[in-house]
Amino acid sequence: MTTVHERPDTFHDNDQKPVGHGRMLRKEDPRFLRGRGRYVDDVQLPGMLHLAILRAPVAHARILGIDTSAAEASPGVKAVVTGAMLAEQNLAWMPTLSNDVQAVLATDKVRFQGQEVAFVVADDRYAARDALELIDVEYDVLDPVVDARRALEPGAPLIRDDLEGKTNNHCFDWETGDEAATEAVFGRADVVVSQDIVYPRVHPAPMETCGAVADFDAVEGKLRLWSTTQAPHAHRTLYAIVAGIPEHKIQVISPDIGGGFGNKVPIYPGYVCAIVATIVTGKPVKWMEDRSENLVSTGFARDYIMRGEIAATLDGRILAIRTNVLADHGAFNGTAAPVKYPAGFFGVFTGSYDIEAAYCRMTAVYTNKAPGGVAYACSFRITEAVYLVERIVDCLADELGMDPAELRLKNFIRPEQFPYTTKTGWVYDSGNYEPTMRLAMDMAGYDALRREQEEKRARGELMGIGIAFFTEAVGAGPRKDMDILGLGMADGCELRVHPTGKAVVRLSVQSQGQGHETTFAQIVAEEIGIPPADIDVVHGDTDNTPFGLGTYGSRSTPVSGAAAALVARKVRDKARIIASGMLEVSVADLEWEKGAFLVKGDPGKTVTIQEIALRAHGAGDLPEGIEGGLESQICYNPSNLTYPHGAYICVVDVDPGTAQVKVRRFIAVDDCGTRINPMIIEGQVHGGLTDGVGMALMEMIAFDEDGNCLGASLMDYLIPTALEVPDWETGFTVTPSPHHPIGAKGVGESATVGSPPAIVNAVVDALKPFGVRHADMPLTPSRVWDAMRGNARPPV
Amino acid sequence: MQVPAPFEYERATTVDQAIGLLERLGSGARLVAGGHSLLPMMKLRLANFDYLIDINDLHTELGYIRPGPDELRIGALTRHRELLESAELAAAFPIFADAERVIADPVVRNRGTLGGSLCQADPSEDLSAVCTTLDASCVIRGPGGAERVVPMEEFHVGPYETAVGDAEILVEIRLPVRPGGGSAYEKVERRAGDWAVVSAGAAVWLDGGVVVDARAGLAAVGPNTTGIPGISALLRGRQPSEDLLEQAGAIAARSCDPVSDQRGSADYKRHLAAELTRRALRRAVERARS
Repeated sequence: MTTVHERPDTFHDNDQKPVGHGRMLRKEDPRFLRGRGRYVDDVQLPGMLHLAILRAPVAHARILGIDTSAAEASPGVKAVVTGAMLAEQNLAWMPTLSNDVQAVLATDKVRFQGQEVAFVVADDRYAARDALELIDVEYDVLDPVVDARRALEPGAPLIRDDLEGKTNNHCFDWETGDEAATEAVFGRADVVVSQDIVYPRVHPAPMETCGAVADFDAVEGKLRLWSTTQAPHAHRTLYAIVAGIPEHKIQVISPDIGGGFGNKVPIYPGYVCAIVATIVTGKPVKWMEDRSENLVSTGFARDYIMRGEIAATLDGRILAIRTNVLADHGAFNGTAAPVKYPAGFFGVFTGSYDIEAAYCRMTAVYTNKAPGGVAYACSFRITEAVYLVERIVDCLADELGMDPAELRLKNFIRPEQFPYTTKTGWVYDSGNYEPTMRLAMDMAGYDALRREQEEKRARGELMGIGIAFFTEAVGAGPRKDMDILGLGMADGCELRVHPTGKAVVRLSVQSQGQGHETTFAQIVAEEIGIPPADIDVVHGDTDNTPFGLGTYGSRSTPVSGAAAALVARKVRDKARIIASGMLEVSVADLEWEKGAFLVKGDPGKTVTIQEIALRAHGAGDLPEGIEGGLESQICYNPSNLTYPHGAYICVVDVDPGTAQVKVRRFIAVDDCGTRINPMIIEGQVHGGLTDGVGMALMEMIAFDEDGNCLGASLMDYLIPTALEVPDWETGFTVTPSPHHPIGAKGVGESATVGSPPAIVNAVVDALKPFGVRHADMPLTPSRVWDAMRGNARPPV
Repeated sequence: MQVPAPFEYERATTVDQAIGLLERLGSGARLVAGGHSLLPMMKLRLANFDYLIDINDLHTELGYIRPGPDELRIGALTRHRELLESAELAAAFPIFADAERVIADPVVRNRGTLGGSLCQADPSEDLSAVCTTLDASCVIRGPGGAERVVPMEEFHVGPYETAVGDAEILVEIRLPVRPGGGSAYEKVERRAGDWAVVSAGAAVWLDGGVVVDARAGLAAVGPNTTGIPGISALLRGRQPSEDLLEQAGAIAARSCDPVSDQRGSADYKRHLAAELTRRALRRAVERARS
């Protein structure tokens, strides 16, 4: 069942504070707006020291020697630590999220520019930074592997000679789908189109860089770590395993976090250095990386070199999709993804289409670049998958001379086919694609836009209309399939109602700006009728919240949101029993109306949830067998992922003389199932669309032939501003998830997933008069001009 | 937070005091005005100086726009924002407002100065191209109040290098005022506020529909912003026409020396040199006519 809404709610009711789902201002905003947010760098502890990291100036070199004596003698310096010193404690290497190992500090070689080589601890940040200049490292510079396409060539420099028996730069192979069946369908298809498509390396570039304050109390044996992490519980467990500190003696606190986008999922060497430093010095130690360090050394995203192939009938029936991918994983495989999914959820590359066969073959390689492969607002590589399928479908439309909207409408999975099992084994829970697509086309005035385009083309003006239709897979995940380093991807939730009817809900997920303190209060409010303002949301502190795997991959609402709803229902079930005692009727005779139980047929007899809370903690009798208090806890294991979808239409104008692209309009219709707070959803969508403009038009972490990172500052790595984006036009349909307790699906990454192909499709459409069928991101003016002249090239 | 190497800092309250400090401290000292180029370079430790002499207090002395019958004088401490908002400057040389609108962002424009822009001598710098286009003269003051006037063509001696000596300060920019003028600026950037991929300034002076003089200046296509004498020679004494602008653009493309980098390929930049020169000249002519 899908409900179609013409327009988003208006803004005048922004702060009506609904008891439950609905538009309301964010509870956390007053502290951010008044500058009272508390970030890691705001943490000041008595006697705190500061840590700075020396990083490799070159991409690939053997370390011949490190002289730290001058640095040690520098004023204010308390300690200088190298990889060799860490190796003595068996701490020089640490596991990555993909069961590879990564150097905390380099011992033998440096393997990417910006790799951690040594650290200095000093009285203040200036003294620490100044002392870095005095560390003398002797390098024997080696040839680097920069181009992933050449990583497996015979004679390519061997990067990972630290791995036993490793003789080449191969990282892993992976495949999904049915190769033979797909080959058979391709063999009998009327039309086959293939296209090389690159999704360049980009960086999440959160406003707050990564950092930590580590404070080890040698008497208690307790480590407190404030850190910029999206997954405090998972980090705590890994620290316990790696550092050997008992897990109950580690408290990870993730305070206000200034953006994550996947960048703050991994454990970085800097966190471990800060922990080592506090243990060595006996003082609290702060490490905050600067912007350049963040850009050159922390988790990148994408970097997939893809070949897409699509087979279809002449009348536009898509039969099969096949792809071959070369994945650049950098120097260490630090991909954040469930263990059984080395390519994340790239397997959903079949998109929103009902096809007969699909196959993907992937090879991943090591290169002399920063490690990572993080879930940068991509739901574990779905960004790459959706980009591939939506680009190749447009190539097919071009080949067939069909309208790209019509081609998509013709091939959508039909509503009656859900739950739909794709040819790569994913079970889409629910969807109703055509109304979403039609709404986007109506909002855009699609036919009128095509007429306008025709008129403009006749005058030599370049206007493009791009469509992307995506199906996301979010909410990892069912524990039978998904874990990260052996930790199941479930989430806990605890709800405690106080005697006066106020409540506290404790979450295992952690907000980096998503508005959890509002959304989760609203989820609980909807279930037990306590106003959101009366519900405190506690998160980001492992000592004060239940275990769970954290916030990334749009999983908070699908997993933790379900936990919050279910725990509230458990509390409500108990409240019902107490109410039956208070009203002296049987439980079956009670009706729930948000916030109160009523006696059926006697609406005058009622008790509110607040009255029940007081009774639960009070002196009066409770029904037999019922304990005092009003609280509960749960650990929610999702039975499936949720599958949001959306239809995006982008209109661009390209200056024929300068090749500059202007995004004139962007229509985004999202279906994320039940909508909890429409204002927060729109905010998430606006942010993701802006992100998409950045990736499509300007962002790329590039390297020169020596492996030097060319995106080491925000002057070189461009991110979009308000001036690059249009007024976003958002709409929505609602197709609830059948297995989620409130039907919600997650929306955090939808717009980042869906917008790049819409923008690129629009630019390519604008360039149709030049015979352009594909051009790789980033579509900078120079690269668009190359495409106009028939010289479209992969980015370097 | 990126932190610079240690340095000492002093605020100068008069031009002569600043020159005195420069004289005493030598090449290890640098003036800081807006600081939007210098401070990031110091924080990245690409530039390290022992002393910074803050000249922002000199704004009362050196922050001005003074129109005159023969020339318009602008003090070196005049802020971008003042250049953008000056009606007198816009009336005489609309190219300034064109350029200022696309220089960085309001935060930078509130603080950055004309003198700082020229002295930074970045090959992509917009106001250098504007001043080249307008045939500006630069007034440089040294010890004892001695002043010398250097034409814009000789002011930049290489990327990030100027004719200003160790104990000297750029104090004023002089722009010749002639009747019948129009000017314009065109810039292509990858993103709002970014440095130019290429930009072009143009100024023309008409008398009875005929070009008395014309000048064009380009940024980001060579070691310094460059004027293009060939364009002046082509247009002088002619009636502006699309065909003529086409030829002028071709001269611009031939006269520059761009390199391929992350902002764009050399071929694209050469193409832009032509395209933007045409556009700027076209708009300058329209303005001269109106």
